[in-house]
Amino acid sequence: MINNINLIAANELRRLFKSPLAWLILAVVQFLIAIFFYLLLSQYMQPSSAASGLTDVVVSGMYQISGVVMLLVSPLLTMRLITEERRLGTIKLLVSSPISITELVLGKYMGITVFYCLMLLMISLMPASLMFGTELDLGQIASGLIGVFLLMSAFASIGLFISSLTSSPAIAAISTFGVLFLLWIINIAGTNASEGMAALFSYLSLLKHYTSLLTGVFNSTDVLFYIIVSVFFIILSIWRLDAERTYG
Amino acid sequence: MESEILISVQELSRFYGQQRAIENVSFNVHRGEILGFSGPNGAGKSTTMQIICGVLAANHGSVNIAGHDIHETPRLAKQHIGFLPEQPPLYNDLTIDEYLTYAAKLRGIKKEMLKEAISATKQRCGLETSGPRLIQNLSKGYKQRVGIAQAIIHSPSVIILDEPTSGLDPIQIREIRELMRELGEDHSVILSTHILSEVQSLCDRVLIINQGNIVLDQPLDQLENNAGKPDSIEISLRTPPALEALLSIEGVTSVESISEDSLRINLNPESNAIDAIVNKAVSDKWGLYKLNPGDTSLESVFMRLTHSDHNLLVENETRS
Repeated sequence: MINNINLIAANELRRLFKSPLAWLILAVVQFLIAIFFYLLLSQYMQPSSAASGLTDVVVSGMYQISGVVMLLVSPLLTMRLITEERRLGTIKLLVSSPISITELVLGKYMGITVFYCLMLLMISLMPASLMFGTELDLGQIASGLIGVFLLMSAFASIGLFISSLTSSPAIAAISTFGVLFLLWIINIAGTNASEGMAALFSYLSLLKHYTSLLTGVFNSTDVLFYIIVSVFFIILSIWRLDAERTYG
Repeated sequence: MESEILISVQELSRFYGQQRAIENVSFNVHRGEILGFSGPNGAGKSTTMQIICGVLAANHGSVNIAGHDIHETPRLAKQHIGFLPEQPPLYNDLTIDEYLTYAAKLRGIKKEMLKEAISATKQRCGLETSGPRLIQNLSKGYKQRVGIAQAIIHSPSVIILDEPTSGLDPIQIREIRELMRELGEDHSVILSTHILSEVQSLCDRVLIINQGNIVLDQPLDQLENNAGKPDSIEISLRTPPALEALLSIEGVTSVESISEDSLRINLNPESNAIDAIVNKAVSDKWGLYKLNPGDTSLESVFMRLTHSDHNLLVENETRS
C-alpha cells in the first residue's frame, strides 16, 4: 500500500520537474513573495510601525500573501494530475496494474503535497534569514507554517478532485480557480445575510481559518476544518474514478 | 487443447447508458493459446478487453484471470495481466528506461529483479540501445514497442493487446508478430485486430464479435478444414425458381441473393445438398450456368457474419 503510494507520488514529482512549468512556478512564486517580503520589511523599518512585532508584520504578513499567491498558482499545478493521465491514456496502465484507486489518488495527492512543502520551504528561507539579526516568535511562525501547509493541502485536494472530472487541463484549471476563489471570499457573502447564514458562510471560508492560525492562535477547529476539506475531496476523487469504471 | 484455462469470461454484458456495447459474451482462453479477436469497428472489442483488464466494470457477468476474479480480488488478478490499450499508455516526458522502471514497479516487480526484467524485456522488444531516449521523440513503431514492453515486463500469464500492429510498417509488423508468436508459447494472448491475415498467420483461435455478440468462436485449423466440404455454394441460374423450391431441398439452411440471377446457398456440409440442387436444376430447367463452392476463407466468413443480413432472402426455421 505505502509502497504503491510512494511510487505514484515519486513518479508525479519526477514528471513535474521534467516540465519547465514546475521550475517556472517555483521561480515566479519565490520572486513575487520576495517582493512582498521586501516591502513588508521596509514598512517595518519605518519608525512609526515599531509598535507591533517583527513576526507579526513581516512573517505573518508574508504567509498571508503566500496564501493568495498559492490560490493563483495551485490550479496550474493540480490541473494535470488526472486529466493528463486520461489524455495520454496512461490511466489505463494504472488501473490495469495491481494498485487500487485509493492508492492512485493518495499517491497523486502526496506527490503534489510534497511539491508544495518544497515551495513552502523555499519561501520560509526568507523569514529565516531574519534570525541572523534579531529574534523571532518561533511559536507564531510554526502556527503560520502549519496554516499555510493546511491551506495548500486543501487547495491540492480540491484541485485533484476537479481534475478527476475532466480530461481537459484548461477546464480543470479554470474551474479549480473558480472554486478556490469562491471558498476564499465566501465569508463576504454572509455580511448581509441572517446571523445563521453569516456564521455558515464564514465557517466555510478558507481564508478565515487561515488568518487565525497566522496570528498564532492555534485553534483545533481551524486545523480540523482543513483536514476535513482535504479528506472530503480525496474521498470524492476516489469515488469519481471508481464510478468511471462503471459509468464512464 | 486441454491445458489450464487462464482467462475465463462468463456472460459479460456492458451498457453505455441505454446503448448496449456487449451482451452475453463468454469464452475461455487456455495457456499457450493465441486468440484473435476480430470484428468491425465499434463491435465491442475494446470494451471487452478493457473489462477483462479491469479498466471498465461489467454490468453483468464475471471475468476470471488465472483463478482470480477481477472484481472480487482485483489485486491478485491484475498481477497476471499485461495490457496494451489501443493507444499505448506512454508518458512522453520520460525516457524508455524511466518509463519501463515505473511500469515494472507498478506491476510489483521486486527491486532485485528490476534490472534483469527491464533488460530482458528491452531485448525482446528490440529496444536494447534506445533506453535513454525520450519517449516523445520516438517514432510510432518504437512507441508501439515500448507499449508492448510495458505489457510483458512482469511476464504475466495473460497478455492482452488491443490492435498491436496498427500504424506500423510491414517490417515492424513482422517483428511484432514474431514477438507475439514467441509470447504465445507460454502465455495466453488475446489480440484484437481487424487485419484478418494477421489472425490467420498468428492465432490458434478466432473470435468474431459483431454488435456486441460473439458470432464466431472457432479454432483456425477447423475453419481451414472446412475448405474441403463447402458450407455454402454460389450458383447462377437463368430462370431462378421460387425460393421455397430451393429451401425444400434437404440440407439447405438459407438462401441469399448476390445479384439478380446469382444466389448464395448456405448448406450443411455433411449433406448431399449440392448433388440434389444440381439434379433439380437439370430436371426443372433452371438454366444453371455457373456453380462455385462458397468462399471459406476467414475474410468471407467475417464478411458473412458481420455484414448486416439485408440480402438474406429466406432462412430455414430449422437452422438456428
